Amino acid sequence: MKRSLLPLGLFALLVIVLAFGIYNAPKEGSKEIISPLLGKPAPQFSLPQLTNTAEQLQNTALLGGWHLVNVWGTWCVACRAEHEVLLQIKSEGRVPIIGIDWKDDDASAVAWLSQLGDPYETVVTDHDGRAAIDWGVYGAPESFLVSPQGIVAEKLIGAMTMEVWNSRFLPHLAANAPVSAKAGA
Amino acid sequence: MNRARQLAALAALSASFWAAPLLAVDNTPPLPDPVMQQRYLGLTHELRCVQCQNEALADSNVPLAADLRLEIHDMLLAGKSDEEIRTFLVARYGEFILFRPRMNWHNAWLWGAPGLMLLAGFGVAVRVMRKRASLPITDDDEPTPAA
Repeated sequence: MKRSLLPLGLFALLVIVLAFGIYNAPKEGSKEIISPLLGKPAPQFSLPQLTNTAEQLQNTALLGGWHLVNVWGTWCVACRAEHEVLLQIKSEGRVPIIGIDWKDDDASAVAWLSQLGDPYETVVTDHDGRAAIDWGVYGAPESFLVSPQGIVAEKLIGAMTMEVWNSRFLPHLAANAPVSAKAGA
Repeated sequence: MNRARQLAALAALSASFWAAPLLAVDNTPPLPDPVMQQRYLGLTHELRCVQCQNEALADSNVPLAADLRLEIHDMLLAGKSDEEIRTFLVARYGEFILFRPRMNWHNAWLWGAPGLMLLAGFGVAVRVMRKRASLPITDDDEPTPAA
């Protein structure tokens, strides 16, 4: 009598394991990879600025205040979609946005920013894609929130929306740092 | 004559099938050293293109895969070991980039499961055999004649 419960128990265990697997499986269409960069220092870089190619921007420029690093390109359809949101984030003044123009043509990028508005404090160009590899970028747009200590606190793959900004990015700013002087203006 | 033509056409056709893979997706310049080139081919086939996730870096024609191939190419030239290159990419893209995952504390149970199941199977087998050996010999196992 007791013995006959063993196969049933094993079967139940198997059902639990499989159900766990099914419910935790990535949803269809979701190909987002959790970045190993989260909680780690932002990668080192030194990239030429878009409008002033003689000047390089280094990763050390990210220290001392929160920054949103946004990887984009004029060839990227979803970047066009998120552009309005970036402009809105800029207008809120909570955090400066640094743009990394990924594998793009400088003239197109300048034209894009003059036509659609420029949400960026600084735009640097990554023509050969080396910096993007260091950031673990695999599809534009990608946005990284970098803390004043230079740690990557949050990352989004795909177009930024105000919902995502408010629910996943803003809380970091509220919890860790006083609102910057710019926001008061 | 006609037959020769057919054969030639067939040969050309089959040659084109062979040629297709050579119309390389991979435009990275070959490495000077054949051993290094072999390592390059090994690495680009065992690393995933993170953008087109079911393709290896070697087979993918998206720009990012080309960038990563070039990165691997340059790291090999710089004398990095295969493991250093894997570690470099895992640090940026996560374990997911490896088609052959490494063993770590998160997946140790998975790696150990076959061994454990084999042991459990042995345990069951031994118990069953011991039990059977201790049973008195009876005719219970004989098929009962049809009534």
